[in-house]
Amino acid sequence: MAGEKTKSLLAWVDERLPVSSFWKEHLAGYYAPKNFNFLYFFGSLALLVLVIQIVTGIFLAMNYKPDANLAFDSIEYIMRDVSWGWLIRYMHSTGASLFFVVVYLHMFRALFYGSFKKPRELVWLFGMFIFLLLMAEAFMGYLLPWGQMSYWGAQVIISLFGAIPVVGEQLALLIRGDYVVADATLNRFFALHVSAIPLALLGLVVFHLAALHTVGSNNPDGVEIKANKDANGIPRDGIPFHPYYTVKDLFVASVFLLVFSFIIFYTPDFGGYFLEHPNFEPANPMKTPEHIAPVWYFTPFYSVLRAVPDKLGGVVAMGASIALLFLLPWLDRCPVKSIRYRSGVFKLALTLLVVAFIGLGILGTKPVTTTTTILARLFAGTYFLFFLSLPFYSRSEKTTALPERLTAAVIPLAERKGWLWDLVRFLLCRVQKTELYNRVNSQLTVLCVKLKQICCKTKS
Amino acid sequence: MTDQSVDASKRWFLTKTASIMGAVGTALAAAPFVSSMQPSAKAQAAGAPVEVDIGKLEVGQKITVMWRGKPVWVLRRGPEELKALGQIEDKLRDPASDESDQPPPTKNQSRALKPEFLVALAVCTHLGCAPTYRPELAPADLGPDWVGGFFCPCHGSKFDLAGRVYKGVPAPKNLEIPPHHYLSDTRLVIGVNEGEA
Repeated sequence: MAGEKTKSLLAWVDERLPVSSFWKEHLAGYYAPKNFNFLYFFGSLALLVLVIQIVTGIFLAMNYKPDANLAFDSIEYIMRDVSWGWLIRYMHSTGASLFFVVVYLHMFRALFYGSFKKPRELVWLFGMFIFLLLMAEAFMGYLLPWGQMSYWGAQVIISLFGAIPVVGEQLALLIRGDYVVADATLNRFFALHVSAIPLALLGLVVFHLAALHTVGSNNPDGVEIKANKDANGIPRDGIPFHPYYTVKDLFVASVFLLVFSFIIFYTPDFGGYFLEHPNFEPANPMKTPEHIAPVWYFTPFYSVLRAVPDKLGGVVAMGASIALLFLLPWLDRCPVKSIRYRSGVFKLALTLLVVAFIGLGILGTKPVTTTTTILARLFAGTYFLFFLSLPFYSRSEKTTALPERLTAAVIPLAERKGWLWDLVRFLLCRVQKTELYNRVNSQLTVLCVKLKQICCKTKS
Repeated sequence: MTDQSVDASKRWFLTKTASIMGAVGTALAAAPFVSSMQPSAKAQAAGAPVEVDIGKLEVGQKITVMWRGKPVWVLRRGPEELKALGQIEDKLRDPASDESDQPPPTKNQSRALKPEFLVALAVCTHLGCAPTYRPELAPADLGPDWVGGFFCPCHGSKFDLAGRVYKGVPAPKNLEIPPHHYLSDTRLVIGVNEGEA
């Protein structure tokens, strides 16, 4: 009876709004490759964090005051006097940092498995615009608490625009709305942070997903599943996104929320990396903090800026370090997508890129000394070399044969080829022969059995 | 019923002119929004000059005053510091201040109206941080050649005691000297040059 009624209601709606066909097209009937591994979680996690940020942001805006005289105190008011205000604020500040963790891993996945390549160039470009807007959103949000680091961080970043020849100074003035970072700046950053940029972000997310669902998802093997369809036109290596990946993503979301909660409740400032200590002091336009560092997620690019001993040169280098990412689909001319079948040269280059990126990130949090400057130049050089050398070697790369059908999500250690994995297997073998390993292993087994006896009702 | 054939060239003309007028209209409509982002009349009016009493300033002492929301230093330099200015010129990027901003009478070695008093904007010409005053000789972090000056903690720019920038640091220009003049031996006005309104 109830089933009949729901059905007729759905039919009524479907005549007026494409609910069922949307569900079918994007969830129950969207065929995704069957071998997604853990690197494929970060897209849906990014969506989850976006929702968290929007919801917590709305509630923060109910108590926040975008006024240079009131802003700092209104944050303290939220932290102390608003019921659960501290929780909402820490969710928002932790969410901001975790957003970048998730997005950086999501981008790394794209590099690793060649997800940016033909036919997914637009997916990549929309993603890069999302990344750019996300940086703008985070930067403007960081000014709002009106602490020392908020103020001086904004001063430095807005001054970057001043380095642009001819129009730079005018542009910086237009962004600030005053001759220094002041009330006018705070007020407009609030407007942009809570309405303009989130709206644009949501629009871009729609485009990102629409483009993705048009071409279909890539996978760890980098072969197109659409090339091999059965009689019904369904990819042989595809499984419906719902319920297979919705359930998988829900599990990952719960793991993510566990980490998220741990940070919020036990270390909300994350040792000064998520909320910098000088920001617990109100903004003072007369005194720059002894050591200015942006929040951790900007530090790789900030290091590139500092590595160049020239104002315009530094800004150009920093801009280029982001702009090159946009060009990636055209810089990489290797037809093979996944790193599994690419040459050792590319594997080495990508490893160096990751090392350089993390190195730049660490250096960006440290004060400038002669040593850090040399290291930053070295890493910045490595970073640029990855992108600039890619067009030259990628076309003639020595790749291995692609499989007909999809292989495992994660290749078992025993099947991995190459001297590196031989070494790993050899070392693992040596470890397994030691006394210590056997002792730990046997104790862990005993512990597992005990846990099972305590937790499980049925005794085996 | 019309049996006239479509006049394609007329359509082309109408479509193009309508598009161009639409674009012009959009640009005109955008103008007020963009100009609303410029500093308001109130912000522009806040640039009033500031009067400072420098009678009690001792040699080596520096005070900071606020002008147009920016910190301005007034530093009293002794004869030794002034002598040192001439000895490090080969390490400076713009020793004669040719490419830097200052009122014409202060375009000299000490970058001051009265060599004893340096009046400079405490805003690094790189990215706008406030440099720190480091008068000590050869401190551990700045190296044995340091003869006293200003050091920007943000990106490591160095300036001498006349606000002149060193070579090999990111700041492109010397520190800016704001318009200023003396009313008497002890009274200084920041914001207006001698003889200006």
